[in-house]
Amino acid sequence: MAPRAGGLYVGKMVRFTSVGLRYAPPAGSSDPGMGQDVLSDLSFELPAGSFHWLLGPSGAGKSSLLKLMQLAQRPSRGEMEVLGVITSRARRGELPALRRRIGVVFQDFRLLPHLSAFDNIALPLRIAGRAELALRADVTEMLRWVGLEPKAESLPPELSGGEQQRIAIARAVVMRPALLLADEPTGNLDAVQSRRVLSLLQEMHRMGTTVVVATHSESLVNAYPGPALRLADGRLER
Amino acid sequence: MPGTPKFTVSRWANRRPVLRRGRGRDPLGLRQALPGLLLPAVALAMTLLAALALGGAFGARALAQRWQQGAAAAVTVQLPDMDQARVARTLAALRELPDLVDARPMDQARLAALLRPWLGEIPALPLPAILELRFDPLPENPEGLALRILSVVPGATVETQGVWVARLVALATRVEQTALAAVVLVLLLAVAVATVGIRAGLAARQDVIAILHDLGATDGDIANRFAGRVALLCALGGAAGLALALPALLAFSGLAGSLLGRLPVTRLAELPWRALPWPWLAALPVAVAALGWTTAEVTVRGWLKRLP
Repeated sequence: MAPRAGGLYVGKMVRFTSVGLRYAPPAGSSDPGMGQDVLSDLSFELPAGSFHWLLGPSGAGKSSLLKLMQLAQRPSRGEMEVLGVITSRARRGELPALRRRIGVVFQDFRLLPHLSAFDNIALPLRIAGRAELALRADVTEMLRWVGLEPKAESLPPELSGGEQQRIAIARAVVMRPALLLADEPTGNLDAVQSRRVLSLLQEMHRMGTTVVVATHSESLVNAYPGPALRLADGRLER
Repeated sequence: MPGTPKFTVSRWANRRPVLRRGRGRDPLGLRQALPGLLLPAVALAMTLLAALALGGAFGARALAQRWQQGAAAAVTVQLPDMDQARVARTLAALRELPDLVDARPMDQARLAALLRPWLGEIPALPLPAILELRFDPLPENPEGLALRILSVVPGATVETQGVWVARLVALATRVEQTALAAVVLVLLLAVAVATVGIRAGLAARQDVIAILHDLGATDGDIANRFAGRVALLCALGGAAGLALALPALLAFSGLAGSLLGRLPVTRLAELPWRALPWPWLAALPVAVAALGWTTAEVTVRGWLKRLP
């Protein structure tokens, strides 16, 4: 395990070595596409505190790569290290604690529709066992940060797409994750909301969080230049 | 854009995870996924059936015990006097009967005790000789057996009521065993129905479960939420089922009272409250809730294994 300082990871945040991913075909499936490699021979490192774009056309494997990094999927081959843990060999029971140190933002927000904005943001803290009194201040601070304090009691269906995405970002960062992953976070937003969301993600990066943002929007990358991982047909382009 | 947020939370990442209760503390939306109707209704029906079967089992056991106390032997043969030589000759002749496993004179002290309520303490009273016979298997035709004994022991009085009592005891024992098997079957059915309900709840909440899983919830966090909700619904249904079963059990117990030597019931206070197997009945809702909890834990944890 690499050393950590002040809750932040120091060293390599993510390290992939010859990683491949193949989804197992469902039982009885005759789809020839299932069972084929979606990611092949990926080797790269992301230093702690870095910001990277993850680029590539639709179907290139960006979401699959993010799933591997957020530990929502195990690699089929190769060795994968996240936050100093070789997750490709880790026991299943070790992963939940690691996931709580990784924030994820999705294109479709993935908020719980029956919970208010406040309770959606509070969810990671409650999962981590944070006391109710103690979490209230943090959640309120997050609502203020994303500019949605007056909407604390609103349910997600009552919010606009941009507001939902800001709530999703607040939920992703409320635990102060060491690694923040975003999968097409501006895909469903207009230009104004997209800029606002990107500003939030870049602010997290400035605070020391390692950030990876997947997008197929070259205009977004041009507006916010930065190092990039480029995927094509499940392979990294050099 | 407001200023940078003040973070103080990274130390919580490695704490033992617990999903809290209260406002917004139903992240799985289990109140909708496991609505408060199906499982309580199933628990109610199953507890009602189990309570009736349990009552039947204990009632049959009480009847069997009472009947067994009143019939020590299958057949009794009464000789007019206590002539020891005649008793010995008679016993020798009776031991030739097929399927006879035991034949012996009734103990005089026991006979005197049996007669004391009617005759009082009269030491000089000459008592008849009573021979007790036991058969295995029980004779198919008690009346034919009585005639055969009379042919061997002329002048004797033969009583074969014990054969019928023994048959009733055997029947009551079978009823008790069948009723207990019915209790087990009912509880197994409850497990099966609860499993179906829990799987339906899992299917309805699989997206939410996936989100919680990705946020770092453990299998135990999610399974415990399901199990708590299922146990609560089962306990409520079980308590209602038991409450519904009690009037029927008291009525049955009252009807069986005459067979157990109790006076007929004419007032509510005279109902045989104490005759019911209260500890067992009280355990039923608890058992149903525990079964629901265990079923939910096993089902949900098994389902969650599909997630990485």
